[in-house]
Amino acid sequence: MLAVRNVYLDHAATTPAHPKVVEAMLPYFTDKFGNPSNLHDRGREAKNAIEEARAKTAALIGARPEEIFFTSSGAESNNFALKGLAQANSQKGRNIIVSQIEHFSVLHAAKTLEKSGFTVTYLPVDKQGLVDPADAARAINKDTVLVSIMHANNEIGTIEPIKEISAITREKGVLFHTDAVGVLFHTDAVATTGWIPVDVKALGVDALSLSGHQFYGPKGAAALYVRKNVRIKPQIEGGIQEDGRRAGTENVPALVGLGKASEIAAAEIPRRMSHIAALRDRLQKGLVERIDHLVINGHPSSRLPNHLNVSLWYVEGESMLLFLNMEGISVSSGSACTSRSLKASHVLTCIGTDAAVANGTLLMTLGMGNTAEDIDYVIEKLPPIVQRLREMSPLYEDMIKKEKAG
Amino acid sequence: MEQYSSKVMEHFAHPHNVGEIPDADGVGTVGNPVCGDVMRLYIKVDKDVITDAKFKTFGCGAAIATSSMVTDLVKGKTVGEALKISNAAVAEALGGLPKVKMHCSVLAEEALRSALDDYYKKKGVPSPVKIPASSGHEHEME
Repeated sequence: MLAVRNVYLDHAATTPAHPKVVEAMLPYFTDKFGNPSNLHDRGREAKNAIEEARAKTAALIGARPEEIFFTSSGAESNNFALKGLAQANSQKGRNIIVSQIEHFSVLHAAKTLEKSGFTVTYLPVDKQGLVDPADAARAINKDTVLVSIMHANNEIGTIEPIKEISAITREKGVLFHTDAVGVLFHTDAVATTGWIPVDVKALGVDALSLSGHQFYGPKGAAALYVRKNVRIKPQIEGGIQEDGRRAGTENVPALVGLGKASEIAAAEIPRRMSHIAALRDRLQKGLVERIDHLVINGHPSSRLPNHLNVSLWYVEGESMLLFLNMEGISVSSGSACTSRSLKASHVLTCIGTDAAVANGTLLMTLGMGNTAEDIDYVIEKLPPIVQRLREMSPLYEDMIKKEKAG
Repeated sequence: MEQYSSKVMEHFAHPHNVGEIPDADGVGTVGNPVCGDVMRLYIKVDKDVITDAKFKTFGCGAAIATSSMVTDLVKGKTVGEALKISNAAVAEALGGLPKVKMHCSVLAEEALRSALDDYYKKKGVPSPVKIPASSGHEHEME
């Protein structure tokens, strides 16, 4: 790659591990290689390390250490939450409620539950991607055991009204169930943890998914918070690890890394939010000023500080992505052509984005490594790419001809 | 997804024959913006020989590269020879396409056939071109 500059704007896909995270992890590959299940010193050393990581991860989200169950990924945490909570509480009822714009690890887990006799209610979202808490209130019935609504959407960055919805699940839980647990509420906080304040008590949730590599931790380390006294059925059986909830020898170095990333995030979140939101706003302003026929997707204020999702008429996302890549700029595209299914993003479809323009979508997610110069570079490089592709586009040609014809 | 071949990237980054032919003898437009690609192909024919071909495409890297390649392939060919150009030939000329992008080569073949069909119709002779009932392409589902 001979580009002048390298600008990584795909932090929603993954972030680099923070140097301090890597430093913390390294001894656990070699010197401190023990298995935490062993009683000898090597084992205890590893056990202490993961318990320290658990405490740090818990502290980031206002939980108790014993409420944190480590997993390998956000997708695993979501699967664990949906299947584990639904199955452990199926004697109470067999309905679960999710939004239509959940991550596929929630939607596909819900589909699997449907095949095993659960019913699933899918809540719609408005044009800005918000779930209406009143819809949740109407959907909950005496058969409902679990509601799962994401904290923020990973594609359009819209932050959902979790507190309002959790208040409803609590109220309805008392109404419909006699036990203390009521209707459980899970939130997928993979997109928010480490970027904005996430506090399980303030949010009022019973379960929450988070993933380390989304906020400068390593890949392969994630967690599911499950509130004390809430029952969950293990999905991986055969061992005593994670208090019997998830078998398998712990990925000690990665979990140490997750703990370190949590510790850094807890101290840095206010700075992250202000630094990145300012750059994102600069990027948005610059692109809106220079490119016409552009649509900003998501909510104007209830949004993640690091997200910008734009759809551009008459151009296709992957071709923009490839040209940007030639300029050293890494972004993501919500276009059908970059997904294996060749269908436009389900999130954009749900918020009512015209399917034709949905294929011209770019998702740009910023991080702490980005500078104002990086943003100005993108603002300089993207408009001519769009113009070049539009001049090549029969849809643009038709639009221009139509405009001329009046 | 598999990566694109260097030939695909070359044709994508520097596509040949981009543009319109205002007095084209045949024009074909296929595809659908909802599916993510639309190709429009123009041909100029002189004494049964395709003397010029141009295209405009809305689509991914493979869609642009196959458009570029198919216009290269038809130039200098007779109309009869052009009718025999298959999607496989377009893909092969590009050094292959990722499996999920093979539909782009199908679209390029269809765009060519549609332009040839238009050519016959403009000429007022019966068209030997078979156009599928639904132009465009079927997507493999998840």
